[in-house]
Amino acid sequence: MILLLLRLIRALGSRRSTARPEDPDGPGRGPIALVAHQARYDLLGILRDRQARFFTMVLPLIFLVIFVGIFGNDRVGPEHVKASTYYVPGLTAMAVIAGSFVNLVISITAQREAGVLKRRRATPVPAWVIIAGRAVTAIAVSVAVSAILLAVGRVAYGVHMPTSTIPAVAVTIVAGSAAFCVLAYALSTAIGSADSAQPTTQAVMLPLYFISGVFIPNPNLPGWLQDVARVFPVQHLAAALHHAYDPSVRGAGLVWSDLGMLAAWAAVGLLVALRRFAWAPAAAPA
Amino acid sequence: MITTPETPSKEPVAAPPPDAAAAPEPVIAVRGLRKRYGDLEAVRGVDLEVHRGEIFAFLGPNGAGKTTVVEILEGFRERTAGAVTVLGTDPAHAGGAWRDRVGVVLQESSAEPGLTVRECLELYAGYYRAPRPIAETLALVGLTAKADTPGEGLSGGQRRRLDVALALVGDPELIFLDEPTTGFDPSARRAAWDVVAGLRSLGKTVFLTTHYMDEAERLADRIAVIVDGEIVAAGTPATLGGRDRMDARIRFSPPAGAGPLPAPLQPLAEPGADGSVTLRSESPLAHVGVLAGWALGRGFDLPDLDVRRPTLEDVYLSLTTTDRKDRP
Repeated sequence: MILLLLRLIRALGSRRSTARPEDPDGPGRGPIALVAHQARYDLLGILRDRQARFFTMVLPLIFLVIFVGIFGNDRVGPEHVKASTYYVPGLTAMAVIAGSFVNLVISITAQREAGVLKRRRATPVPAWVIIAGRAVTAIAVSVAVSAILLAVGRVAYGVHMPTSTIPAVAVTIVAGSAAFCVLAYALSTAIGSADSAQPTTQAVMLPLYFISGVFIPNPNLPGWLQDVARVFPVQHLAAALHHAYDPSVRGAGLVWSDLGMLAAWAAVGLLVALRRFAWAPAAAPA
Repeated sequence: MITTPETPSKEPVAAPPPDAAAAPEPVIAVRGLRKRYGDLEAVRGVDLEVHRGEIFAFLGPNGAGKTTVVEILEGFRERTAGAVTVLGTDPAHAGGAWRDRVGVVLQESSAEPGLTVRECLELYAGYYRAPRPIAETLALVGLTAKADTPGEGLSGGQRRRLDVALALVGDPELIFLDEPTTGFDPSARRAAWDVVAGLRSLGKTVFLTTHYMDEAERLADRIAVIVDGEIVAAGTPATLGGRDRMDARIRFSPPAGAGPLPAPLQPLAEPGADGSVTLRSESPLAHVGVLAGWALGRGFDLPDLDVRRPTLEDVYLSLTTTDRKDRP
């Protein structure tokens, strides 16, 4: 029976590899396998990039150590939790953004300007596979860095999240990083050279980190600044994570209004990306 | 090195001789191609055909419309008018199945960030339905020893060979090579030429753009020259622009006191600044004979005597530097 199955699988496999004329438009493998293939090599690329490793994986941890070191056991934030309980979810928001937004903007712009994206477009791989593969990689990195932050928070600072909100934390991290991936594709269309990608992302994100409850607890800010922050997606990602982490929360801990704001930003980003995304270098020869 | 599989065509059209009706459909067929960018017409009615197994060189100065034509053939740009067929399909509407049969080496592209040479090839092999084995592809471009080197750590010439390998790993029928050796040192160029010559022996069709005449002369079966969006000459390296019918140049330095040249040679002579004399001759053997009789009769030799055909570069320069501003 098993032998028969094996023979069948082998027969199907060999049919597939010679299936050119029967399936003129299908790729050599299924779409999921193709995305996984792309994501695997994109991940290798990120893991070997020293700058990406530092900014996405190390920097959020450094900030955690610094902020908890400064504020120690102060009670902070709207929920008056310990500084460490406040900063673990806040800096998780930063890690999500670093992994799926900052890193993605920089690598898309660099690959576009170096002709890498255009060369991939000259192959039979569908455009959406290239985009999805890179986005899956970014989400995976965001999830991994978040997990490291949560683990360090738990082991070093004794920060425990309520068991009931674990799914909410996971959903918020994945949904947040997906939204910021789309925004990364949108912002990359406004950046004309690889050199300006890093400063542009910092110019966009640093002020938002400060006013969105990532570095400084929100209630410490003047009202108008809080209103400004509420327009942008960073505040909503941070707030959703803060809420899910609040030890006094009962229930699932999902904040639909914050997730809705992230979805709205993602929709705008998608529109911009669909209209303006380019594969060829901005300074293309005529 | 220069092979001329077809009857050398002397008309200035990039089309095959009329008896090609029996030949299979061309790999690339372009008729009346036009491309307009706003007020500027970058390509003004280009016709060309490339046949299976041929290495076709497309030459032209910067800004002549070369890249525009190539990118239209590659499916990267839309055209304004004209008929274009590449491997039986209009590249403007071609999908994955067509891309599976075409390899593209862009003018400028870096290695895949963070990946070794082998990993770059594995990534690209995964895009194709029936890729060529990685080891075989590496051997084709001579990068076997560099398989585990990071792509970003390669020299310029090696990186270009990686580009060629990435275009070959899908085992395409047709390969576009856009200025494959620009910026290379002489030995890297030789190595790249060997790779392109290897493509011929695999039976691939190659569409090559280049600035270098020696490259076209060495590699191409046929050449077309584009200037200001129009094909100004096409043919084999030997016949391009009427090269086979152009005057030969006989150059020598007569010794001091040699006296006047024989009368039949005098109207052909152009004195050079260094004391040499160049004769433009349509019957070089006869004129060299007269010259030899004259010199030997006076008891001296002409040790620097040089007889040469116009080089492809001479032809190209005369085609591309003509004042073409008076056209409509």
